[in-house]
Amino acid sequence: MGTTEFGYYPGCALHGSSNDYEQSVRACLDRLDVRLTELEDWICCGATAAHSINQKLATALPARNLAIAEKAGCGSLLAPCPMCSMELLKAKQAITSDPAVRDEMSEIVELPVIGSTDVVNLIQVFQAIGLDAIKSKVTDSLDRFRPACYYGCLLTRPPKTLRFDDCEHPSSMETFLAELGAEPVDWNFKTECCGAGMTLCDPDTVTDLAHKIIANARKHGANVIVTACPMCQMNLDMRQADVEKKFEETFDMPILYLSDLVGLALGISEEELGINRHYVKLQI
Amino acid sequence: MAKIGVFTCWCGENIARHIDVERVSKAIESLPGVHCSMNYKYMCSEPGQSLIIDQIKSLGLTGVVVASCSPHMHLKTFRAAAQLAGVNPYMVEMANIREQCSWVHADKEEATAKAIELIRISVEKLRHNRPLQPISVPITKKALVIGGGVAGIQAALDIAAAGHEVILVEKEPSVGGKMAGLSETFPTLDCSQCILTPRMVEVNQHPKIRLMTYSEVEKVEGYIGNFSVTIRQKARYVDVNKCTGCGTCWNGCPNKRIPNSFDFNLGNRTAIYIPFPQAVPARPVIDSSRCIHFKNGKCGICEKNCAAGAINFNDEDKLITEEVGAVVVATGYQLYSIGKEQSNPNLSGYGEYGYGKYKDVIDSLQFERLISASGPTGGEPKRPSDGRVPQKIVFIQCVGSRDNAKGVSYCSKICCMYTAKHTMLYKHKVHDGEAHVFYMDIRSGGKKYDEFVRRAIEQDGALYHRGRVSKITEEEIDGVRKLVVRGADTLTGKPVTVEADMVVLACAMAPTDGATALAQKLSVGYDEYGFLSESHPKLRPVETNSAGVFLCGACQGPKDIPESVAQASAAAAKVLVMFSQDHLTREPEIAHVDESLCAACCACVQACPYEAISIEEIVDRKGNHVKNTSRVNPGLCMGCGTCVAVCPSKSIDLEGFTEEEVYAEIESLLS
Amino acid sequence: MSETQSQLVADVEKLAHTQVNDCYQCGKCTAGCPRGDVMDIGPTRLIRLVQTGEVLEAARAESVWQCVSCLTCSTRCPKSVNISGVIDALRQISVEKRISAKRFNKTVLFQKEFLRNIRRNGRTNELELVVAWKLLGLASDLNPLAALRDAQLGPKMFFRHKLHFMPGSPVKDKAVVRRIFDRCMAERKSETEE
Repeated sequence: MGTTEFGYYPGCALHGSSNDYEQSVRACLDRLDVRLTELEDWICCGATAAHSINQKLATALPARNLAIAEKAGCGSLLAPCPMCSMELLKAKQAITSDPAVRDEMSEIVELPVIGSTDVVNLIQVFQAIGLDAIKSKVTDSLDRFRPACYYGCLLTRPPKTLRFDDCEHPSSMETFLAELGAEPVDWNFKTECCGAGMTLCDPDTVTDLAHKIIANARKHGANVIVTACPMCQMNLDMRQADVEKKFEETFDMPILYLSDLVGLALGISEEELGINRHYVKLQI
Repeated sequence: MAKIGVFTCWCGENIARHIDVERVSKAIESLPGVHCSMNYKYMCSEPGQSLIIDQIKSLGLTGVVVASCSPHMHLKTFRAAAQLAGVNPYMVEMANIREQCSWVHADKEEATAKAIELIRISVEKLRHNRPLQPISVPITKKALVIGGGVAGIQAALDIAAAGHEVILVEKEPSVGGKMAGLSETFPTLDCSQCILTPRMVEVNQHPKIRLMTYSEVEKVEGYIGNFSVTIRQKARYVDVNKCTGCGTCWNGCPNKRIPNSFDFNLGNRTAIYIPFPQAVPARPVIDSSRCIHFKNGKCGICEKNCAAGAINFNDEDKLITEEVGAVVVATGYQLYSIGKEQSNPNLSGYGEYGYGKYKDVIDSLQFERLISASGPTGGEPKRPSDGRVPQKIVFIQCVGSRDNAKGVSYCSKICCMYTAKHTMLYKHKVHDGEAHVFYMDIRSGGKKYDEFVRRAIEQDGALYHRGRVSKITEEEIDGVRKLVVRGADTLTGKPVTVEADMVVLACAMAPTDGATALAQKLSVGYDEYGFLSESHPKLRPVETNSAGVFLCGACQGPKDIPESVAQASAAAAKVLVMFSQDHLTREPEIAHVDESLCAACCACVQACPYEAISIEEIVDRKGNHVKNTSRVNPGLCMGCGTCVAVCPSKSIDLEGFTEEEVYAEIESLLS
Repeated sequence: MSETQSQLVADVEKLAHTQVNDCYQCGKCTAGCPRGDVMDIGPTRLIRLVQTGEVLEAARAESVWQCVSCLTCSTRCPKSVNISGVIDALRQISVEKRISAKRFNKTVLFQKEFLRNIRRNGRTNELELVVAWKLLGLASDLNPLAALRDAQLGPKMFFRHKLHFMPGSPVKDKAVVRRIFDRCMAERKSETEE
């Protein structure tokens, strides 16, 4: 297998409080001979704040990043954070479906932008590498893991913009992990929101939502929750102690990134993947 | 030399208020060919018609222009009047100065000027008209009814009762259609089978009806009064004439676990089977795709056991051709597919409701089977997953219906009623059970319909929540598998969660598979969903635009049993009107080919939407080929004029609207 | 509906790229909403208020800020109404007109502070954001306990190398970010000035 290249848009989370995700993604993709080229001088996608305060800004900020990617000749851009990738795709859709928006955005962001870059999430990168290629490098079986694959809100929604997996019963992570020896469980909160956007301003909401998710995963026999979203991971991981306290239940449910599990299968150590930096210890 | 009379109508004030009729009459008087120009308050009234007749007789008029309303309204009236006075009815023209003039213009001056123009062009056309004779077509007084559900049965019985032969074609092994599978019917709760099965027996025994089950219409040729229909009788592997329907074969068949499609796969059947005990004819078929004998040549138990020697493993499909004069389409409906896999790629399905994923999420026709005495549970509402009697059922309306994003935009009309019925039947069987209904609107127009829904709520205690359901998940709660239904009550504005044992989805009604293919064979139009199109939604509800083809029941749009039956009788009446004559009179305004000019290029043949034009050979007396020409079948031509537009040699023309006549109109307008 | 009301409805529809009259009030949005049970005015009713011209009443609702932007409502809407987009539009209008629900002052402040942070840095500087927001929160509701609520998370994050005093890689061209902000905001300012 030759080297595969992707443009890389880390987004603020992966360069901030979720830098363990970046560590995990990089370690994993490095082992799979994927080269990531980080966008030069990328800016924040605007996240919830932009679309809460100013709709135009919510298009312009990701549009600037799309323009940077286009300028760099980037065909496929990995945005491991689903919020970022959704905002980028939403902007791309606005730009490609209306020439007036395209022209306006090109003016606002001071770079021509036509929306030609493909924006992909982490699962799609793994799919692009291919199961066979990954399996050829697997050293350790994942058979001790019974993951509840958690997609959260923005990996599949809005379906018409993202065009990724079934928005009600997604299965791409399960398919993947099952091939690597894990036994994914069928559960009911795959696409329910964990409230991460409110983690600082409305902790009560967040603990309620997180509790439902973690409890359902455990009920269906999971011993780990796997996610491809830095906000979901942090929220379920960091807030789990609060959840346990509030609901007087012990979960000890490790919250891993998808790249953590794939990385473990590839024989990468927990330290290299940054799993040791999670709040809930992995003891499986 | 034309002698034309022009009669301008006031239509009370409708025309006269905005058009100066006196001035119109005066202006028309001097036109070439016009011998008299008069106006009157109501030209369509008896004195008005008399005026026309008198003028024709006294002045010897050869043609008449009536300037009044739309020809849709009164062309027939004035043609009849002219005919009474001895003028060929096709020498009557109408100038529409009401809908297209007085009703739509406010300025009297301008409207008057326009009325004069409109009449002038009609006069000019009439000057070029020639008398036409109606076309006479012989009729085969035998009808074909396609579809043996309640509508088809009704139509067949009505036509046969009038003494005419009927061929009833049904694709399933038994007649009865969807109604045969229903439990009780709204709003009377009378048993569906009790009403229907005697009618099923009647069609089978009626001397005038030839019942062809397990058969499909393969090909339709010909035209009104003279159709030639090819029917494929599928191999049944059972000789129905020898078979006595004793049941030894299906009772002895070792292959017992085949999902029965009549029970919507909730129950099982054998490889040789009748779909349900009351099937008509009570003659089995062998499902060759599942029969052991067809797999490996072994078994053959049914053959050994059959005392009548009716089993015939070498049976083959047969093609049978029949001549009929009229066709009634009654192909009915099926439920909109709610599984994840959709026949139409534009429909994304209802993943959120988990149909197909959770066994206890079923559709409404499955529920009918579950509470039907003849169903797989003998009428006890047992849930499919574990056979438990559900203590709480959620019924969801408008699944697929009124859902532009995932289904169809139309309302399926019957779901409100049958859902109310379902809650009642359930409550009558499980007294302490809870029936929850999620609905958007309750549409219960009909005799005793709303009272029925209120009864479900007020007397039987069904709990109605006004809101759609967002998601259904399955959870084990206290050791029992439950369906967690997340809905809303928009009247309180709050979400509602119900932990149910079973969920019944009231799915949209959709046309049966194959309905559009059949419609194409019959040259009948259909809408974007595949429902067949009636000729006029109000005035010709059971006719189609294909003469001699009628429709009834749910193939035309969602409807309930009473409506289907009423429409079936209406379609039968239309067939009988046709059959009351020996010859059919058709309007002569059809296409006509000048065979000396035609180059047989086939452009018209391809353009004709009714397949009314064919290429024929002209031979001389010795039988030598002279040339080919296109020729119009007067029975099939609907006079649409498409062929005229595409003919490169101008050799095809439309009687009553010839190029000459139409150009005369246009030129007079431009002069 | 008054002309002002019609204009507000048109504004919501333009911002959300949707037609509110497509909604037939089926309630599927409220049914699937993860916050539907605690909202004062659920999504279905918010849309209804907009339909009837009561945009300002809708914008004042607490639910507008209780929404977690999970897009479940828009995804499942049988009429393809962009409900979450309407809620975003209501948020924007509530901020511009300074009528957002009092109880959610802090949430609004957080979102504003988040944007200010990006405008300044091009990317979020989390520590700066958390500190600024806590101080603002302290100033706004004078409740030191609330401000301290998540204080224990700070050191925890720090020891996991998750919280940084300096953002990892600063944006070089910060000026362009400010210009983008100004261009996007300018138009709305002139529109909302009364």
